[in-house]
Amino acid sequence: MSEQKPQTVPTTGHVWDGDLQEYNNPLPVWWVYTFYATVIFALVYWTIYPSWPIGKGWIGGVSKITYVNSEGEAKTHSWNTRALLLADLNKAAIAQKPYFDKVEAMSYEQIAKDPEMSGFILSAGKSLFADNCAPCHQAGGQGMVGFFPNLTDDDWQYGGSYEKVHETLMGGRRGYMPAFSEVLNGEQIDQLANYVASLSGGDHDSAKAAAGNTLFHGEAAGCYVCHGGDAKGRQELGAPNLTDNIWLWANVPAAGSAEGKIAAIRGVIASGLNKGVMPAWSARLTPEQIKVLTVYVHELGGGQ
Amino acid sequence: MQTGQKDQSELYQKRIPIFTRSVKGRFRRFKTSVLVLAYAMYFLLPWLPWQRLDAPAQAVLFDLPGRRFLIFGLTVYPQDVIWLALLLFIAAILLFFVTGLVGRAFCGYFCFQTLWTDFFIWIEHLVQGERPARMRLHRQPWNSEKLVKVGGTHALWMLASFWTGLTFVAYFTYAPQLVLDFFSGQAAPAAYITTGVLTLSTYVAAGLMREQICTYVCPYGRFQSVMYEPETLAVHYDARRGEAAHGRAPARAGQRTLAERHEKGLGDCVDCGLCVQVCPVGIDIREGLQYKCISCGLCIDACNNVMDSFSFPRGLIRYDSEKNLASPVPAAPKVQWRSLKTIGYGLALVLMATYLAYSVATRGSFERAVNQIRQPLYVVLSNGDIRNRYQIRITNKAAHDQTYVISARGIPADAIDLGNFREITIKSGHSGLVQASVRLPPTVAAQTQHFELVITPQGKPEETRAESVRFDVPGKRP
Repeated sequence: MSEQKPQTVPTTGHVWDGDLQEYNNPLPVWWVYTFYATVIFALVYWTIYPSWPIGKGWIGGVSKITYVNSEGEAKTHSWNTRALLLADLNKAAIAQKPYFDKVEAMSYEQIAKDPEMSGFILSAGKSLFADNCAPCHQAGGQGMVGFFPNLTDDDWQYGGSYEKVHETLMGGRRGYMPAFSEVLNGEQIDQLANYVASLSGGDHDSAKAAAGNTLFHGEAAGCYVCHGGDAKGRQELGAPNLTDNIWLWANVPAAGSAEGKIAAIRGVIASGLNKGVMPAWSARLTPEQIKVLTVYVHELGGGQ
Repeated sequence: MQTGQKDQSELYQKRIPIFTRSVKGRFRRFKTSVLVLAYAMYFLLPWLPWQRLDAPAQAVLFDLPGRRFLIFGLTVYPQDVIWLALLLFIAAILLFFVTGLVGRAFCGYFCFQTLWTDFFIWIEHLVQGERPARMRLHRQPWNSEKLVKVGGTHALWMLASFWTGLTFVAYFTYAPQLVLDFFSGQAAPAAYITTGVLTLSTYVAAGLMREQICTYVCPYGRFQSVMYEPETLAVHYDARRGEAAHGRAPARAGQRTLAERHEKGLGDCVDCGLCVQVCPVGIDIREGLQYKCISCGLCIDACNNVMDSFSFPRGLIRYDSEKNLASPVPAAPKVQWRSLKTIGYGLALVLMATYLAYSVATRGSFERAVNQIRQPLYVVLSNGDIRNRYQIRITNKAAHDQTYVISARGIPADAIDLGNFREITIKSGHSGLVQASVRLPPTVAAQTQHFELVITPQGKPEETRAESVRFDVPGKRP
């Protein structure tokens, strides 16, 4: 830096009150031109993008975005981020279309055998599942005991074939079990609970279980009507298999003691169930999306 | 007291135009051959055909949408970014190594700023003539001659800049198609923007700013000087010989021969000024080594030609070291490589280059990523068995389709279920995703903490790769 010497700065030439003067220190040239450039930039910006409000509307600008809305109509808007998003979604849908077309044309088995389509199902299925199914069945399809079935195990409530999974997705399901406290007394319910615990090898009182066995197959309780004489459930009714290690409603795995486990089963028998509701997806998703989800969910649990 | 704007130190230095005289000689020939070679490579490489199965037939193609660089037979994927790191490291070390030995050789002969400036000066010389003609043209008022010549020069510069920009873009897409699309207005916006920016920057840097780039913009110029040693060879003026006792003097009558000059105590420099006239950065090398000097060697050529014409010995300006010039009896200049620094750089260079070559030569033909599915970590099945699931992603980096066989090691053979993909065929450059389900009875599961998933390319057992994965069971915390 050069040495700065004291300088006389020129004044603006005006004199007030006889001796009051003003130094003339203009703004740096680069600053002034940068300012002019911002003015020009603003003018250009106003003409391209939405800017000034006028009455109830606004100046839209010359930049337009065209997108196809959910009704299939082409809409042209002045530039805005929402239209931009919709146009981007259109673009993504067009890019995905060949794959969805293939999904539509192929059978479930063909899709499962094709490496490229299988990869597509795994990624597209995952995001469809996360958007639509995960709120109940959880992100990985593991469900929640007492609320939503686990889709990753090998127990299929309503059947695990492609066709059955597809049917479940299209029409939804409604699980129902009456409350047996209305027809049975506390002792009988306890006996039934012990019998159900014994079916999957849990701790139980054998005397009570034997009594429960009679009740289960008798007309007073009539459990066998839905759960079957062998207690292995009936998929056409969605009645679960009681002889396996998988618990859907009674949260037996979480109960610490044998008594707690029996109590959990007792609770379900006494109050019944009217909450096993899955909505129908036929009106919410496209047929190809449901097909993708069918293969994805089938794969989650290893299928049947 | 305030100071006026004018008297504060200026941050902007107005460019003083430099009109370089053309010169013939050893260094000029070397520079020209480097220029021709580099231009041939840069401008022709995108047009070199190379047959490929699944990509355009272009020998060097940086396929950004496809996330791969195609370089002749080699395909570089983003996973190979370590090669880029190595390459940059090698380039940096090479720069340090060479600078320690022979000074700013990169600046003088190989830097693209030097090459393009050289080419632009050649265009200027072609249109406007030799130095005196160019100076006259610069001084004369605007008339039709000046308009045509100066305008023509700038137009040719623009053309060269444009082709430079377009060629750069051609490395990123199929070149013949790009040129067609570019002129029919159908190329990607990125192509127009890149070409535009590069055209403008080339025109400004090589046409208008030239040596200002080296002096004010380029960081290498400044820090290369730090790497100089007293033994480093650089372009030097032999002041002892050139100035002698009574300084340089023109070759007038009575001081034409060496004998006459030495008698009068005059130096060998005849003060012709040619070394200054040929200098592309506009310095006088006789004032000693300067930070602006890019070591292009043109002043050596100029001086040698003058020395020859007077039958004086060559080498008044030459490549020499500071140390040698200062010694009482200067020896013949030679490259001094026997220093710890130089040998260290050389060693690092050899090591890194060997590692890069080894890494490229032994690259695998596929990439794999094996992940346990963590939602849920395990599932208890209806008969009490425990199931864990895994996702295997295989990327085929080979130039042909390949079938991979997946198996498991460390668990019973029937425990693993790969759906339909015990064998999976993946197209060249594509990825395949396979879900593996592993099902173990509780007793076996309790004893299994890890096992291996093995991927074997069919027909290439030597490329088998195994990945160790966890097996999780209920109630056991890691």
